This record gives sequence, C-alpha cells and structure tokens, in this order.
Amino acid sequence: MGPRMVRATLAGLTALTLAGCGGGTGSSPGGSTSGSGVTGTVTVFAAASLTESFTRIGEDFEAANPGVTVRFNFAGSSALANQINQGAPADVFASAAPKNMQAVTDAGNGDGSPATFARNQLVIAVPRGNPKRIAALADLTRPGLKVALCAEQVPCGAAAARVLSAARVPLRPVTLEQDVKGALSKVKLGEVDAALVYRTDTRAAADDVDGVEFPESAGAVNDYPVVVLKNAPNRAGARAFVAYVRSDRGTAVLTGAGFQAP
Amino acid sequence: MTSAEAPTAARGGPPRRRRAQRVPAALLVPALAGLLFLVLPLAGLVVRAPWASLPQRLTEPGALTALRLSVQTATVATLVCLLLGVPLAWLLARARFPGRRLVRALVTVPLVLPPVVGGVALLLVFGRRGLLGGWLDATFGFTLPFTTTGVVVAEAFVAMPFLVIAVEGALRGADTRYEEAAATLGAGRWTTFTHVTLPLVAPGVAAGAVLCWARALGEFGATITFAGNYPGVTQTMPLAVYQTIEGGDLDGAVVLSLVLLTVSVAILAGLRDKWITSA
Amino acid sequence: MSPVPVVDAHLVVDRGAFRLDLPLRIDAGEVVALLGPNGAGKTTALRALAGLQPLSAGHLALAGQPVDRPDRDLWTPPERRPIGVVFQDHLLFPHLSALDNVAFGPRRHGADRRTARRRAADWLDRVGLGDRARSRPRQLSGGQAQRVALARALAVDPVLLLLDEPLAALDARTRLDTRAELLRHLGDHPGATLLVTHDPLDALVLADRLVIVEDGRVVQDGDAADITARPRTDYVARLVGLNLYRGTADGRRVRVGDGLTLTVADPLHGDAFVAFPPSAVALHPSRPDGSPRNAWAAVIAGLQRHGDNLRVQLDGPITVAADVTPSAAAHLDLVPGRSVWAAVKAAETRAYPA
Repeated sequence: MGPRMVRATLAGLTALTLAGCGGGTGSSPGGSTSGSGVTGTVTVFAAASLTESFTRIGEDFEAANPGVTVRFNFAGSSALANQINQGAPADVFASAAPKNMQAVTDAGNGDGSPATFARNQLVIAVPRGNPKRIAALADLTRPGLKVALCAEQVPCGAAAARVLSAARVPLRPVTLEQDVKGALSKVKLGEVDAALVYRTDTRAAADDVDGVEFPESAGAVNDYPVVVLKNAPNRAGARAFVAYVRSDRGTAVLTGAGFQAP
Repeated sequence: MTSAEAPTAARGGPPRRRRAQRVPAALLVPALAGLLFLVLPLAGLVVRAPWASLPQRLTEPGALTALRLSVQTATVATLVCLLLGVPLAWLLARARFPGRRLVRALVTVPLVLPPVVGGVALLLVFGRRGLLGGWLDATFGFTLPFTTTGVVVAEAFVAMPFLVIAVEGALRGADTRYEEAAATLGAGRWTTFTHVTLPLVAPGVAAGAVLCWARALGEFGATITFAGNYPGVTQTMPLAVYQTIEGGDLDGAVVLSLVLLTVSVAILAGLRDKWITSA
Repeated sequence: MSPVPVVDAHLVVDRGAFRLDLPLRIDAGEVVALLGPNGAGKTTALRALAGLQPLSAGHLALAGQPVDRPDRDLWTPPERRPIGVVFQDHLLFPHLSALDNVAFGPRRHGADRRTARRRAADWLDRVGLGDRARSRPRQLSGGQAQRVALARALAVDPVLLLLDEPLAALDARTRLDTRAELLRHLGDHPGATLLVTHDPLDALVLADRLVIVEDGRVVQDGDAADITARPRTDYVARLVGLNLYRGTADGRRVRVGDGLTLTVADPLHGDAFVAFPPSAVALHPSRPDGSPRNAWAAVIAGLQRHGDNLRVQLDGPITVAADVTPSAAAHLDLVPGRSVWAAVKAAETRAYPA
C-alpha cells in the first residue's frame, strides 16, 4: 500500500499545480488521509459516458473525505456546457470531448486550463455473440446491414466521422443518435446490427452487447478533459475532487471501465 | 313572440357586438398571468434570434428538409388518428361493453407515458425483434424503425389520445335524439354515423385534429427512440433543433424553433378562421 | 272480414317503478290521439311503436307484420319500420338545408339523389315552404321548422305517422296556424296516425278517436263527443271543464259523498258518475227554496277569472267549481272563507254508469 499511497499523493499535488492553484493546505486530498479544509457539497457536471465510473469515484472520494458530499449531474457534454454557460452552480465540469470543454473555457468559465484525465476509443458494438460476424470496419458497409452512429454534433459522432473518412469507408447509417447511449440501446434492442460507440459503453453493457475492436479507431481517440469552474461555490472541494479523479485510484476505476489512461 | 318562434340564429352565429362587459379582476389577473407565462418563452426566442444571419440560415437546405418532413408526417399522423381515433371515440361514447372504463384509461396511457418510454414500447412491438415487427420483417422483409412511416407511427401513438378525448367529449355532448330521428327516417347505424353524428360533432373532431396535429408536430422523444434520426428520412424539426443544440449552435436552434412555431401558428390560425366562418 | 289494422298492439314496457300497459289498435286513415298528463307513458308508447324503445312484453304488429314480439325474440329496428315521426322540437338536422332534411328519408329508402330532392321539393311546396328549401333549420321559425319536420316524416310515405307533441314547443299564434296545417295533412294521409299530446284541444281538433292514458293505463277510449260528455276520471273532467263525482245510484238519486245525495235527470242503478258544468252551479246567500233542486252549504275556497266570468272554487261535502257573472259575484260579496249555498238543477246534470 505504501508506494501506491505516495504515488497518489504525488498525483494529487500535480493535479493541484496543473489546475493553477497554489493555495490550499498542501495536504493530499486524493490520498487516503482525510483532507483538511475540504467539506461541504461538491457539484460535478459530468458527461453521460462517465456515469458508472464517476459514481464509483464519488463514493471513494466521499469515503476518503468524511464531511464531503458529491452531487452529480450526468448528461450530454454539450447540454452540460450550455447549462454551465447559462450560469448553473457547478464546481467541476468533466467533458467527453475537448470541443465542449472549449465552449466553457472560451466563455471564461474555467478556472485554469483543463486537464485530460482519460481517453476513450471507438469500438463496433454488436449484439452479444456477434450474429452478423462483423470483424472489421469495412464490414459495416455490407448491404442490408443496419448501422447506428452518433450525430456529428456529439463527441462519439465526431470521432466516428473522423475514423470513417480516414479509412475511406462510405457508411450510410440508418440513424444518427443524439448520444452514445441511444446508439447502444438500438443495438441492445436488435434494431440495428452494429453501432460505433465507445469501448466503455460496450463494457458497461457487456450482458447484451459485444465490442469489436478495430485498428482504425486509434486515429480518433477521444480525450476527456476536466476543469474546476470559475464560479465554483466550493472551490476547495472542486480541486480536491479533480485531483482524486486524476490520482491512481481514480485512474484505476476509469481503466477498469474501459477508459485508457491519458 | 316567444323564443320558439324567433329564428334561433343567435346560436353559433357571429358574435353580436355588445357593450364591453366588465371582467372581474379575480379572473382577469390570473388570466393575464397565464397568458404571459405562455407567451414569455416565445418572446425569449424572438429576442434571442440572430436576426442578421436569419435569411442565410433559413435557406440552408437542412432546415427546410426537416420542416417539410415535420409537416408531412404530422399531417399523415393526424389522418391516421382520425381514421382510427374517431371510431374509437364513438365506441367509448356510445357503445356499452364491460371494461369500458378500463379501455378509456388505457387510451390515455400515451399522455402520461414519457414519450421516450413510448418509443421503447413501440420498438418492443413494431421493432425488428418486436412482437409484430418480427413477423413483419420475417414475412414481408419490412421494418418500421428508421423509416418515415416509423415517424408517422410514433407521432400517431403520442398524439391520438388528444383526438380521441376531444371527439369522445363532443359525442357525449351531442344530442342523440338526432340519431333516433335519422333511424326513424330509415338510416342504419353506419349511415346515421356518417350523415348525422359526424356532421354534428364536426367542430369537436376539428378541435381534436388540431390538438393532434400540433402534438404530432412537436413530437420528439418517441420519434427519436422509435424512428431514429436521419436527415430527410426521420429527422423532423424537433430532432433537428435538439441536434443543433447538442452541436452547441444555440442560434441555429433558436432559428429552427422560430420557423417551426411560425409555420404551425400560421397553419392553425388559417384553419381556425376557415372553420369559424363555415360553421 | 275486417281489414288488417295498421297498428295492432299491446304495448308493455316495464321500467322499474313505471309500467306501461296499453292495448292499441289503429286503422288506416284513422287519427288517434294519445292524451294524458305528463308522465302517463304517452311518449314511451310512441317510442315503442317507433322502435326506439323495445317492448318488455306484449306484441306489436304494423300493417299485419309483427315488428316486436319479446316472447319470440323478434324485433325490427326503427329504420326498417314503415313509420314517420314528428318530434316535439322538430329535430331537423342542423347541418342540412330544409330540402336535404326532407330528402334524407327518401334517400335512405333507396331513391337516387335527384328523385329524393324532387320529392322533397314537392313536400316543401305542400307545407307551403317551397321558398325556404335552401334555409338551414336555425334560419326557420319554430312553426316553419315543425312544418318541415312534418314534410320530412311524410316524405317516406309512412304507413304509421307518429306525432310527439308536435305543437307543444310553439307559441299560441303559431300553434293555431300549424294545427290547421296539420289537420289538412292528416286528412290527406292514407295511413294511420298516432298523435301524442297533453293538450285536449289538439286532440279534439285533430283526432278521430281519443285514448286517454293515466299512469301507464288506458282510462278512457272514445270519440270526442263521448269523452267530453262522459268523463270517467278527474283528469278528463278537468280537461273538458266539468265537475265530476262518482257515487252509487238508486233511480234518480245518486249518493256522491259525505252524506250528499244529488237528484239527476237520467235514472240508473249501481255505481255511477254524475257530471255537470260549472255554469250549472248557482250560488245563493242562503238556502234556496222551491222546485226540486240539489242544494248544499259550501265555503268559498278560491276565486279566479274565467273568460268573462268568475270561477269560484267551493269546499263542502263535494268540491265544486262554479261560474258566476261579475255582477252576481258583486251582489253576493264573494270572498274566500264565506259560506254560501250551492244549487244545481237536476236537468243540468248527466249521470252514467261507472
């Protein structure tokens, strides 16, 4: 346990430095010791694809910091960015794409520059057992095959478009879903034969779908940035939470869910 | 002369000009507050609209495609609702059968069901692996999801209760003695329905159709869940608006919303005038 | 062999507390008025004939064809009965013109549109409304609407014409005109007619025969002369404006109530009715003397105008209505509560078996 704890503490300190915050007590909010000065409620706006892993991280963080409550608002990254820019009282914003993060920082609502805490990669989601025997990206253009993509306006859709155009695969999907869960549920219900979604999504739905990895996905790795918000009601709590996410503990939870470490 | 001799033109005729009646403040104040509550969000859209870039945005092909699809599918959905909903309303209002209360409650289910849940429910029935959809796919190689027909199905499902409830109310309010009079003149039940009952409840049917059309036009959740979202095929205006917001283009979303509102209000206002003058 | 009657029925309708039990026979060309107070079952009888109310028991045949036999599970719906109905408030279809309202029946009976309209125009001419063919019902006056409704009912050549209080919704003046119009058309109608009304004048003017119903049962059946001369219930007596008493006769003397015996002109024995008009009752300040008169002490219960005269309601051994001239009233100083003597000449009474 010892070395690990030290690493976590170091990671926490790094995060604090990266977040541009010199203040604070110098304790390790991400570590196993309870952080002094971190109390109250931390409100985290996080991308929907982080639902499972952040819920877990939140519980760990609360356990490590008695007296702290973490409240989550999970939704599409762009919806969250809109809410923040319209003045929603949030402490932390974790986005599924740099683009939505940029919308927030461009509006001057970020405190310091965002940091990437995880990466996600596309896989081909197919019904469990892969009945159509899909093995490669090019298989998706097979006639009669129904494929769901995310709309280009949302991160998973932008990534899919990048991958498909780079691989020169002329795919005509039957639907452009508004978020990755929508695309995934179409696979679960058997309405489509395949969908391009994140690896984390297929992990979370492993009972119903399989994820088919394909090499071209390396060309569109999706970065997940996180930032403490400028108008954060609980700035100390926000910094501690971000540090915890970026700690070894946080990273372990995230990679367990299928994310890649940054 | 008593009222029996005087022509009964007052009923249904154009309103006569009368001295303005005093409206009690207890009604006027909440009424105005209610109106404000309904109109303010609209004003918000108008104020927020990017008027400078409006002409250019309006001519974007995507917007017009979604608008055309919305109007077409909402209209077809309304026709489907009329075809199925009016007989259903008649059954609820006129026929006596066990479990009628339950049936009436069931008819209102799409009203209380979150539309997304409605969309999932439709998938479970009409989807490729659904109860009926599986059979359709196996027998005819035909599936509803991701087709324009699927959009119509989703809209009709969500909008039909509005029509059924309005028409049932009209049927209950209608004087059944006219139907008896028709029977004594040799009209069977079907002829009585088409020649007497329907014309008598026409205003109720029209009101129901308007509600139904408006609801279908604004339909989002069931449509995107059941029919998906693809420009020109299943992407109606509400879906286009949502996608534009998701893409971070708030201005674009405001423009699309205003277009949808303007077109629907224009069509409804036009129809209303027509009905009132012909009634 | 007598011809087959148009209506040969025993109408029985059970509705909880109310039971209609009405034998009825109407011949072709005959107009029968079903007269009775509100709630007597007149309209129920009409609806049973029309097929709008199934019989609970009994039977109904129209022109020899059974149309309602509950015992045999036989029932013909209204649209297949040879009937025409005029409803109280006309029930013209509001969305159709007068012409199309009248053409509605012929169309349903198989006529093509043009024939039906020609027939309808013809009927509108016959009720004097040829110029209102294009009018909607709400543009017609009450009387006009009722005439269109009559044309609509007659345009299907019904074997049985049913009229449900056809004049009740009209004001007095229109009523007079429409009644005359109705009389003309009923005279021309070759089929049978049943008129349901609570207005004795309608019944007396329009009908060949009156059937009086009270509480679901026939209480009297006969022509106008018979009914007006010999009422058998208080309701009928009031309708025809007579004082009516039931009693026991022994020759010319009839015991009618609390110790009062009336002397009558017609000798009879057993249960009997005695009737006399209010105008036959004379009032006196004290006991009249002389000739064989019926006289009894009475108390004035009320007074009201009645035409040119005053109608005086009297309490006493029998309750009586008496008509006196205003001058006689002034002379007698008639006020409620005052004691007077009432007298009726035997020659002005009518007695008949109960």
